[in-house]
Amino acid sequence: MTEHSYAPASSETVEPWKWLAGVGAALVVWLLLYRSLIPFSEWVVARLPVDRHSHLGEALAFFIYDTPKVLLLLTLVVFAMGIVRSFFSPEQTRNLLVGHREGMANVLAAALGVVTPFCSCSAVPIFIGFVSAGIPLGVTFSFLVAAPMVNEVALGLLFGLVGWKVALAYLAFGLSIAVVAGWVIGRLGLEHWLEDWVRNLRADVSQDVSSAPMTVIDRINAGIDAVKDIVGRVWMWIIAGIAAGALIHGYVPSDTLAAIMGREAWWSVPAAVLLGIPMYSNAAGIIPVIEALLGKGAALGTVLAFMMSVIALSLPEMIILRKVLSLRLIAVFIAVVASGILAVGYLFNLLFS
Amino acid sequence: MKQVKVYGPGCSRCALTAKMIEEAAASLGIPVKVEKITDMADMARHGILSTPGVVIDGKVVHAGGLPKIETINGWLNA
Repeated sequence: MTEHSYAPASSETVEPWKWLAGVGAALVVWLLLYRSLIPFSEWVVARLPVDRHSHLGEALAFFIYDTPKVLLLLTLVVFAMGIVRSFFSPEQTRNLLVGHREGMANVLAAALGVVTPFCSCSAVPIFIGFVSAGIPLGVTFSFLVAAPMVNEVALGLLFGLVGWKVALAYLAFGLSIAVVAGWVIGRLGLEHWLEDWVRNLRADVSQDVSSAPMTVIDRINAGIDAVKDIVGRVWMWIIAGIAAGALIHGYVPSDTLAAIMGREAWWSVPAAVLLGIPMYSNAAGIIPVIEALLGKGAALGTVLAFMMSVIALSLPEMIILRKVLSLRLIAVFIAVVASGILAVGYLFNLLFS
Repeated sequence: MKQVKVYGPGCSRCALTAKMIEEAAASLGIPVKVEKITDMADMARHGILSTPGVVIDGKVVHAGGLPKIETINGWLNA
């Protein structure tokens, strides 16, 4: 847990330009570190008493190269998004969504899901807050699907580790799933499947929380806070994910994996989705695994379907949502989202062949 | 006596917020009663979506993130 000091930041005494210069200097240091990753990791591996081209040597090289790379990328992405997110809050997002018609509102909800600060612990308050403010159930679901799945961590790491085309396609298809799944759930008219106390709740949205205007320094601090909070929380997932990726990279034979997760195996997409539902990991933890699987010849659609399923359909989140949703509604939610992921998996396999 | 309610699911930031308000009030010599509330329905009724949320004498003054000490002093002096 990060320590929070009580002392007010001495932001009044320091000029904003000094903060901006500090950010610039940090970026230069970041770039230098990032560019020395390959020489550094090769240097370390060469000093280890293992053959570079043995299974263990390959696995270690993957681990030693990927760990600092992922942590560097994550820090940069989280810092940038921390600044972007200081312009948004769940309350503002709710107020933007109230009064929009379904359809357009689904698109807006999914897009806002990407930039609104969100963690699975805030899923329930946001869900209740949206529904009690009169936002349709389907629109709320569009938000709840997009927020964890299409987030900055997933996009930033996909961009850094797998490439911009895949990151862009993930963004587009992730948003499409959120919009369509929410729209379908809205069409089904399942409001009566909500827990009674949630349905009967009417929120007072008249009280606007007028937060003080933020300065440039406040926003930079928001970025730093986000890094401390998120990197501090997910680094264990990342190490675990990179370790799993390293084992795959070093030990799993390419032809075996290609046979199971390759494009030829039609059943591998549904299998990947089913496998992903009970699994739970953070986007940051799953992407190194994705990187290793792709390197071994797994089909992109299959791998992304697995990733989306792990992130968007997680058992712990379902258990949290059970407080406000009936089991039937959760089942519909899983079925609709899983179908969307399935479609994306097959589509990706067709597109990137 | 100001009635302060800190809303949140028992997160560490919520507890810290409550403690900061109590300490600020003590140092300003303003009598307060600080309550920590975890009830989601009550929270939603106030329109708070992000935690910790702070309600003082029935008015929402804050939602999401740790408030600054100057901000807290501002609420208490209002």
